[in-house]
Amino acid sequence: MPTVAPLDIDGHVVAAHFLGDIPIFATAAGTIHRLDGGEKVTDAHHGLLTCIRDPFSATLLSGGEDGRVQRISHDGTVSTISETPRKWISVVAGGPQGAVAWAQGKSSFVKLSDGTVKEVKEERSVEAIAFAPKGLRIAAARYNGVSLHWVGTNSPMQDLDWKGAHTGVTFSPDGRFLVTMMQENALHGWKLDSKSGESRHMRMTGYPAKVKSLSWSVKGKWLASSGAPAAIVWPFSAKDGPMGKAPMELGTRANIMVTQVAFHPLEEVLAIGFIDGMILGVRIADGKEALLRRPGKGAITGMSWSASGKLLAFSSEAGDCGVIDISG
Amino acid sequence: MTENTAPVAAKPIPVTVLTGYLGAGKTTLLNRILSESHGKKYAVIVNEFGEIGIDNDLIVESDEEIYEMNNGCVCCTVRGDLIRVVEGLMRRPGRFDGIIVETTGLADPVPVAQTFFMDDDVRAKTELDAVIALVDAKHLPLRLKDSREAEDQIAFADVVLINKTDLVTPEELAIVEDVVRAINPTARIYNTSRSGIDLARVLDQGAFNLERALENDPHFLDHDHEDHVCGPDCGHDHSHDHHGHDHHAHDHDHHDHGHDHKHHDHGHHAHHDAMSPIHDITVKSVSLRGGEMNPDRFFPWIQKITQAEGPNILRLKGIIAFKGDEERYVIQGVHMIVEGDHQRPWKDGEKRESRLVFIGRELDFDKIQKSFMACQAEVAVA
Repeated sequence: MPTVAPLDIDGHVVAAHFLGDIPIFATAAGTIHRLDGGEKVTDAHHGLLTCIRDPFSATLLSGGEDGRVQRISHDGTVSTISETPRKWISVVAGGPQGAVAWAQGKSSFVKLSDGTVKEVKEERSVEAIAFAPKGLRIAAARYNGVSLHWVGTNSPMQDLDWKGAHTGVTFSPDGRFLVTMMQENALHGWKLDSKSGESRHMRMTGYPAKVKSLSWSVKGKWLASSGAPAAIVWPFSAKDGPMGKAPMELGTRANIMVTQVAFHPLEEVLAIGFIDGMILGVRIADGKEALLRRPGKGAITGMSWSASGKLLAFSSEAGDCGVIDISG
Repeated sequence: MTENTAPVAAKPIPVTVLTGYLGAGKTTLLNRILSESHGKKYAVIVNEFGEIGIDNDLIVESDEEIYEMNNGCVCCTVRGDLIRVVEGLMRRPGRFDGIIVETTGLADPVPVAQTFFMDDDVRAKTELDAVIALVDAKHLPLRLKDSREAEDQIAFADVVLINKTDLVTPEELAIVEDVVRAINPTARIYNTSRSGIDLARVLDQGAFNLERALENDPHFLDHDHEDHVCGPDCGHDHSHDHHGHDHHAHDHDHHDHGHDHKHHDHGHHAHHDAMSPIHDITVKSVSLRGGEMNPDRFFPWIQKITQAEGPNILRLKGIIAFKGDEERYVIQGVHMIVEGDHQRPWKDGEKRESRLVFIGRELDFDKIQKSFMACQAEVAVA
């Protein structure tokens, strides 16, 4: 049976991550709580808006109401990457070789490890940034599409157009697909490796609510999403991704919305967090469900697995966080 | 969907939208709201910090970013930046009692307002309280000549402050009042100088709240005559006597304000000379009045008219009496968005009639009038 070690934090907790074996929780107020032989608290922001795991390093990246972009280490050390007074930084992304990107108004900024900062301008506000899995390349989501830029070279940008506001963006782990979350209750995808003339668009619609959480399975065979009273899981293993295929619906509950999804790092098992604080673990192969956490005080806002996949850290809107041990 | 699944139903945070041309006095009003001791704290979303002289953690600078919703409807627009900022603010709601959105002088207030209806997350946590328009008494006639936005802002407002009244003559002010009233017959209008208004007349109005809109303003929809303009200290919600009287040949209930009330001696923009700014007005309104309605006719009608004419409808508000329904039905709309709900039981002796005001452009008011009347449960036979 899974066991839950609760951690109650005051206020809204934005994210939960693992750095090594240390679970780390980031609050909207700007404090960072680490479970490292007891609860250790450090300040990272005056108001934290986003906190992500840098996929290229063992650190977290955060942005806040104080206009700062911060890098947070496993020992709680906070280093400032950028500071723009009076601007809210709600979009950050981590790239290869220590590169960090953030959005501010109609620009993406990329700071390289040597300290140089490149500004990439868009015509509309940048809503989200993702680094491609290979190469120093960013995707900036905006109104009416996504712009792909090679940072540091003069290669021309590539426009991926699709009408509407794109508010989130992710590359598939193999870099063949790009998927955005939209202001409408839908995802949109592009097949990046298609030959000219082929249809490159993938429309993924039918959600009753806005999609706010996406997670790729190990090796990128599946893309799980929130935005429905079940996790909606699209198949991406075929050459053309989910085109012409129906998604799976996992962990379906009557009218209780999924707010977060997180794939296990080694197996095709999905953690599904709900608006009432409940967390289910579901195996893709047979849809078998396991209750990992009973409903709590608030919506699940973040979930992350430890590298071994034995522990799942979760954060909640009401502050009732914790770490679930599934190995027991 | 969020309503019935959210485990904690927190009280929504009221949002006030402040519009007005550059120089109309928005910053002065904002500074007053932020500095006066009224016991409340406000988060303010501005386009630029500009002249706000107050050091406040909760002033957020935001780039106006208008998103058309991808549903084929050109008037379904939202402010993308507001969705993001409001989401951030609402994670720590204990810091403030309300949110104020200041728009730029040229801004269209509609996307701002629609954000609070069309985005489910924003809607779940906040509630549009009122749209306030500041008007520069001296420059309004000029503004109306050179822009449509000035007119839109007035047409869309729940409260209009005619500011800088100390810079105009009583005659000029009277014209401005007429113009504002002609553009928007349902707004509450106050004359001010240096944005000097009792903040209780601006904040926490509940103008979009179907329950409160009428409680606070028993004469909602009774404002449709040109001399209903209040000074800064006027309280609509204090007790006043009803006395039907024949005034300027309009047949309506007029209510008695406990303060010096200016009666301009002129009728419906009939006597103005050729320079009258009334001629620059493109927004018009129609006040409909009918008997008890048949819901099977009324709902398809309002649906159809807002679908077909949505882009031309700035605001609609009304109280509907349905045949056989013991409660008043309150309805309001912005472009194609229409909301309605039962408000309270009809009181004994209260006249069960239906009233509806449309404010908009290029609307065929005769057709609207006729089709509205055809929704009555018992169509009068002449």
